[in-house]
Order: sequence, then structure tokens, then C-alpha cells
Amino acid sequence: MAISNAWRSAYLVLLLALMACSNAEGPKTASATPVAKPAEKLPAPFPSTYKAYPGVATAIRNVTVYDGEGGKIDNGVVFMTAGKISSVGGPETAIPAGVMVIDGTGKFVTPGIIDIHSHLGDYPTPSVEANSDGNEATSPTTPEVWAEHSVWPQDPGFSRALTNGGITALQILPGSANLMGGRSVVLKNVYARTVQGMKFPGAPYGLKMACGENPKRVYGSKGWMPSTRMGNLAVNRQTWIKAQEYKKKRDSGKEYKRDLGMETLAGVLDGDIKIQNHCYRADEMAIVLDMAKEFGYTVSTFHHAVESYKIADLLRDNGVCSAVWADWWGFKMEAYDAIPENAAILQNTGACVIIHSDDENQIQRLNQEAAKAQADGRRMGINISDAEVIKWLTYNPAKALGIADKTGSLKPGKMADLVLWNGNPLSVYARPDKVWIDGALMFDASNPKIRPVSDFELGQPGEGDVK
Amino acid sequence: MRHFLCAAAALAAFATPAVAETIAITGGRVVVGDGTAPIDGGTVIIRDGNVVAVGMSVAVPAGARRIDAKGKWVTPGVFAGFTRLGLSEVDAVKGTNDKSGGKSGFSAAIDVAPAIDPFRSPFAVNRAAGVTRAVVAPEAAESIFAGQGAIADLGADSNPVTKARAFQFAEFGEDGSALSGGSRAGTHLHFRAMLREAQDYAAGRGNFDDELLKAEDAKALLNVLRGETRLLIHVEGANDMLRLIELKRDFPSVKIVFVGASEGWRIAPQLLEAGVPIIASALNDLPVTFEMLGATQSNIGRMKDAGVQVAIGMINDRDSHQLRYTTQYAGNIVSLQFVPGATGLTWDEAFAAISSVPADIMGVGDRLGSLKAGKAADVVIWDGDPLELSSAATTVFIDGVEQPLTNRQNRLRDRYARPTEGDLPKAYDR
Repeated sequence: MAISNAWRSAYLVLLLALMACSNAEGPKTASATPVAKPAEKLPAPFPSTYKAYPGVATAIRNVTVYDGEGGKIDNGVVFMTAGKISSVGGPETAIPAGVMVIDGTGKFVTPGIIDIHSHLGDYPTPSVEANSDGNEATSPTTPEVWAEHSVWPQDPGFSRALTNGGITALQILPGSANLMGGRSVVLKNVYARTVQGMKFPGAPYGLKMACGENPKRVYGSKGWMPSTRMGNLAVNRQTWIKAQEYKKKRDSGKEYKRDLGMETLAGVLDGDIKIQNHCYRADEMAIVLDMAKEFGYTVSTFHHAVESYKIADLLRDNGVCSAVWADWWGFKMEAYDAIPENAAILQNTGACVIIHSDDENQIQRLNQEAAKAQADGRRMGINISDAEVIKWLTYNPAKALGIADKTGSLKPGKMADLVLWNGNPLSVYARPDKVWIDGALMFDASNPKIRPVSDFELGQPGEGDVK
Repeated sequence: MRHFLCAAAALAAFATPAVAETIAITGGRVVVGDGTAPIDGGTVIIRDGNVVAVGMSVAVPAGARRIDAKGKWVTPGVFAGFTRLGLSEVDAVKGTNDKSGGKSGFSAAIDVAPAIDPFRSPFAVNRAAGVTRAVVAPEAAESIFAGQGAIADLGADSNPVTKARAFQFAEFGEDGSALSGGSRAGTHLHFRAMLREAQDYAAGRGNFDDELLKAEDAKALLNVLRGETRLLIHVEGANDMLRLIELKRDFPSVKIVFVGASEGWRIAPQLLEAGVPIIASALNDLPVTFEMLGATQSNIGRMKDAGVQVAIGMINDRDSHQLRYTTQYAGNIVSLQFVPGATGLTWDEAFAAISSVPADIMGVGDRLGSLKAGKAADVVIWDGDPLELSSAATTVFIDGVEQPLTNRQNRLRDRYARPTEGDLPKAYDR
């Protein structure tokens, strides 16, 4: 069977990828040989080499501004200089002489869109087996793997996410075959020769975890543990017990053996690494929250979370975000109770909402997915303002990723990551007109030279085409 | 067509309301669906399951039930151009998934009609989104010929099939190659050899070579050979389409439709010359495979500008559950008009691409796909522009029968509108 048909749901793509892994050897544990000195400060490996590209001081005026934190300014001004947002305000906002001025009449500005759940780079297009690097499906817990070591920086999908979706930052996650799938990486959506050149400076790491059907199916089908949901929990808890022991040793002041996987889990227990937890069903999310309490960590975000609406109050009280689709449903049993009002019910209950993609196509239309979720809410009597909906795509994912002090809203001093839309971004008829990342113009719909073309597409049919 | 009329008669017998009703929908922005501009303040008259009049100066018959559509849009129902509707309840739950004939041993003979289950929840969910008809195709399993697809209606009744065995579906390109020995050369050989076996079968030759086909498969392919049944072929790459156009010359009576066709824009003049209609995937813009290197959302607009007949379909794109994406996809194609260098469709063309054009391509445009006198009354009233994300269908008629718009999704919504439990568990809340 060919892996050619990526227009099926991401789930089926994943299934194929997992089938391709079915000849893998039995479970392995990470070897733990290097010895670390107590209290040794380890330098962060694979550091970001991303540098903002040059930009010019630019003001956009006469434009409708959604600031990403729920604010809206009609006939507004956004001014950026030296890669940062400098000022945002009404028509009276001063624009220094000599800067580039763009007339935004009829247009809209939002912060750059942030996708908290993407597999660009680790499940890239072309979706050939040779580049299918998202699931280390050889052991149910692989906290030792890092998604950044799978990211192919030439994935053509990065350019589509930029030019059609206005995506300026995104979290690349390992897949969901494993209970603990590995570290995520947060990227600036800027092509580079190396993944280090895309890494978002200063972004915390995440740990991908997964509930439910996928881990128990992948390992159960091999006759390994887990093969049930109770098995999922048992393996998780045993692993957290080990992580607690590791952390204790590490903090004891004595020499200890380094262990890559345990370093990641201890980082979670330290509060430095954020849990990004794939979980569909409400009852399972509630169990995960109790497990987190048992071991003293917190969950940043439940991903997919199609049943979050059933426990919106619990999620609100625990301060956990739900990263959801507008309306995916029915592709597997744990997605059976998905409803299009999920986001609206969460918002109405006071819980944190993020719209995510998990998909190389819908990452190009997160604004549209949010608009559908907003409309479904309105029809059940939940009115959510446009400005608040934009927050689902900007400030909320930034917060859940731990980068809200740097990006995700149009506040002076933050990175100048923003999108100028040619119409209301919650309309099906709107597209990005220009996209800036750290104040550098990285996409201009009117200038074919300001449109990235990955190495893969160079010299191919359609090179540099509108996409 | 005989099959269709029989099916339509059977359907009418089943679905017509007990008392024949005349309905007048007045005051709305009426979209005929044939690519013409909307009629503001138009009237649509429905009687006995059919549209009987549409226009500005249409008199409302005495005794008609009036529906005031002022401020609303009135359109033909969405005709979903390529789907697997009704063939799956939960994709990953095998027992509920009938998309593929699997290891049945048959190929072209497979007929999806009995597998289309109108009680599966995708019917109700997509009906509520204004989708009224769908092209339903099987998935290929062991042969490039997947079997015979149907045209279905989304009515809330027990008879979903408008036209059974409406077309044969086949895979070319990468998927076809995998089904015919691992090479596109094998696909062409299989195609020729299978059609020849069907001819041998028809000729009653004693040497009917049943290496590739069972007799039932041969019978199904004969309908294709005679041009009585359309042949829908999934093909994405420019070269694969060109070679298919050449292959078609050897089978002049076969009526071919391309499905997917991501690189169609590269060979639009040849498609036009060959007279091949297209049911295209609207938003493919990634090189998912090497046969889709040229994929762009401007594909549909460019083919249309070249004169090719193009409808919107959604092959392998959540095609059993998310037919409701059809309007969003059409809206996106409209948005391309406002993107420098891109080619989209006008609003009127885009709506036609999800109503009359797919019906015409499937050979049922005389009965379905537009609001014209004499056609089936598949009529949807929307609370706004039907291609816009904020809009929804408020009233849906199929064959003149007003449809329920409830489904288990909005039952769950109502139960959990306030997530906290009351005096009794949520299980008592209904």
C-alpha cells in the first residue's frame, strides 16, 4: 500500500506510518552511561542560531487591529521598528517621519498565527516513507527523542503555512504512537539551512504525551504493554516513579548517571518542560489531571481534546488549555463525540481555547477553523467577539507554549510577528497580504520575490507559483 | 438513465409527503446554481417534490405554504462532487467501514449502493449543513477498478440511493500503480486487458480469459465500454492525465471523468480538447506525492479559464464525514480572485461548481443541481452567504420534503451546553 494518499485524515497517515514501523525490534530502554557531576549546569545542546532578518521601520495605518489579547482598534496604527512592536493605537498614534507607511484601508492586522500542534518537518510533504520521522514507535515511552532531530527544514509545508495561513511560529511535536513521544520543538516559521536556524530563541521545550487508542493499539498489536487504557496509565505511572527517583539522585549532590529520557522527565517535574498531551476523551483527561497531581507536574494543554466540552469546568479550574479542531469527528472511536461547539462551550465556561491543526492543510486555514467554531457557538447563543476569537490563534497558544512574553500579541516590546490580511481574517474570503516575522517582511502577496521556495521545490513544476 | 428514472420513481413514491404540498419561498436572494447571478427578492415555488417556478415575477399559488426568506439566501442543495458518504460511521472501526471491497475477490462488479446506510450519522450531520446529494464511490482494494458508485440523496428516509451503478471508479497514478503490480506500465496494461476481457465476455467467446475479471466484473465493465456508465478515474499528475487521454482514444465510447487532477492546470488545453470533465480537489497545494508537484489552489480557476468543465470534489479528504467542507472550499476558491497572481472563480461560478456542474458531469443535471422548473426540489435556505464561514442552513428540502436538521452532535451540544451536572447525572438530561 502506498503512503501516497495524504489527503486522508492525519490519523490514517499516522496509521500507515505505524504500519511501516511494525517490523521494529522489541522494546528498548535508553542507555544511560555518561556520568554527570552533581549540580553541574549542562549547556543546552543544539542551541538556536535563529537571527531576525533585517527589516525596515514600518507603520500600518487606517487598519483594523486585533491585538491578540481580546482588543480591537478600528482605524488603527501599528508601528514596528528594530524587529519589535513599537506602538499600537488609534488614528492619533504618532508615526515617526521617514518610516515606511502602509495604508491598511479595508485590511486587518493580527499577531502572527501560532499553531501549537504541527508535524511539518517530521511528517513532511512529499509524504514518502523516507521522510516519515514523527513516531519512534519502538517503545511506548521515548522521552529521550527530540522532534528537532527529525525536522526536515526544507518541508514545502512551511511556506504554505506562511503564505496562506499567516503562521509565524509553530510547535513541532512527535507523533502519538507513544505514551511519551519525546520532546517538541518550537520554531519560527522561517526557512533555514538547519533546524537550529529555525528554533524559536528561548522557547521552553514540551513533552508530547498521548492518551487513549494510539499507544494501546500500536503496542497491543505487537503483544506488548500497553494494550489497554489501564495499561497506558500503569506504564505512565511506573515511568514517573523512575523520573522522581532520577530527579532525587540528580538533586542529591552526588554523582549520577545521565539518562536522556529521564532528563526530559525531570525537566517536566522541575516545571521547565511543558506537557503537551494528546487526549480525546473527557474521562481520560480527568485521569491524566489526577496523575499529574500524583507526580507533581502540570499539563499545559490537551491536544485534540474533542470531548473537552464535557469537562470544561474541570479544565478551567485546573488552568489547562484545550487545543482543538473546529469540527473533526468520526475518524476513530475516541473522536466519535466531537461537536463543533467544543471551543465555544469551553470559552463560555472560562476555559482556555486554542485552535490547532495537526494537519499540513488546515494549518493554512486556522483563521477559518476559528471562524467556524465561533459561528457554531453563536448559533447556540454563545457570542464570542472576533477579537476574542483571534486570541485562540495567537495569545493563547503563545501562553501554552511559554512564549507569550515574546510573541502572540501586539504589545510594545514584543517581537514584530504580525499578519496584514486583505480582509477580515474570520471571513472565508480573506488571505494574508503581508507577513512579518521579527519585523522582517517574509511574505508579500504582491511581490513574487518575497515568497519562500524550499530547496525541494526549486526546479520543479510550479516553482514559485501561487499556492 | 433508465435505472435513474426507476430509482427516482421509487424514491418519489417513498419520499413524497402524504399530502402534496405547494410551498412558496419568497423574498430571498435566489441562487439558481447554473453560474448566473443571484436574483434578489426572488420566489421559488415547490410542488409535488419539484421546483415549478423560480424568478422575480412569480405568482404565489393560492393555498401555498409561504416561507419568508427575506434577508436569507435560497439555493439548490449542495451536490458533493466526490465522497464516500454512508460507507463509514467510524473510519477506524472496521465493522462500520464499507469503503473498500477489501478481499472480496471482485473488482468492477462491486456496487456500493446496498452499503450506503442513510442511518449513519454523516447523513444527518451533512444534511444539516445544506448538502443534499452526493457522488458516492467505493475505494479500490485489489484492482485498479474499484467498482460501481452511486448518486445518493441525504434525505431523512430509508432510501438513500438516487441512482445506483451511476459510474465505475478506477485508480491511476501512484495508487493505480500499487494496485497493478507496482508500475504505471502495469496500470495501462491492466486497463486494456480488463476491457478486452469484458469484450470477450460480451462476444461469448469460448476463450473468455478470466485471468483478471470474474464474469460479474466483465458485465460491469461492459457498461463502461458502451458509454452507458461513466468512468471516474482518480489521477493527479500531468503526465498520467496525458497518457490517459491517449489511452482513451482506443476506447472512444468510454466516458471518462478525472477526479483529483491536481496538475490539471498544466495540461488544461489538452483536457479541453479531449473533452474530459474534472471533479477536482479544491485546495490541494502541496507536493504530497511526486505526481502532485505542481499542485496549486489556482488549479480549478485556471482550468475553468481554459474552458474545461470543473466541479469540486473531495477525494480522500475526509470524504465520508466532512461533506460540509464543500461550501468552505468553494469560498476559498472565490477568495483567490483577490490574491495577486492567483486564479479563482467568481462567486457565481464557485456555487455552480458545487451544484449544477457536478450534476451535469454525472449526467443528472436534467433533474438535479439547480433551481429550475421541472427539477427535483433540493432547496436550501441559508441565514447568509452560503460560502461564508459564519453562515448556516436554516431550512433544507430534498425532493420537496422539509428535512429534520437534528443529529447526535447537536444532541450532545444541548446536553453539555452547561457542562456541570444538575440534580441527576447527565445521562438523564435529554
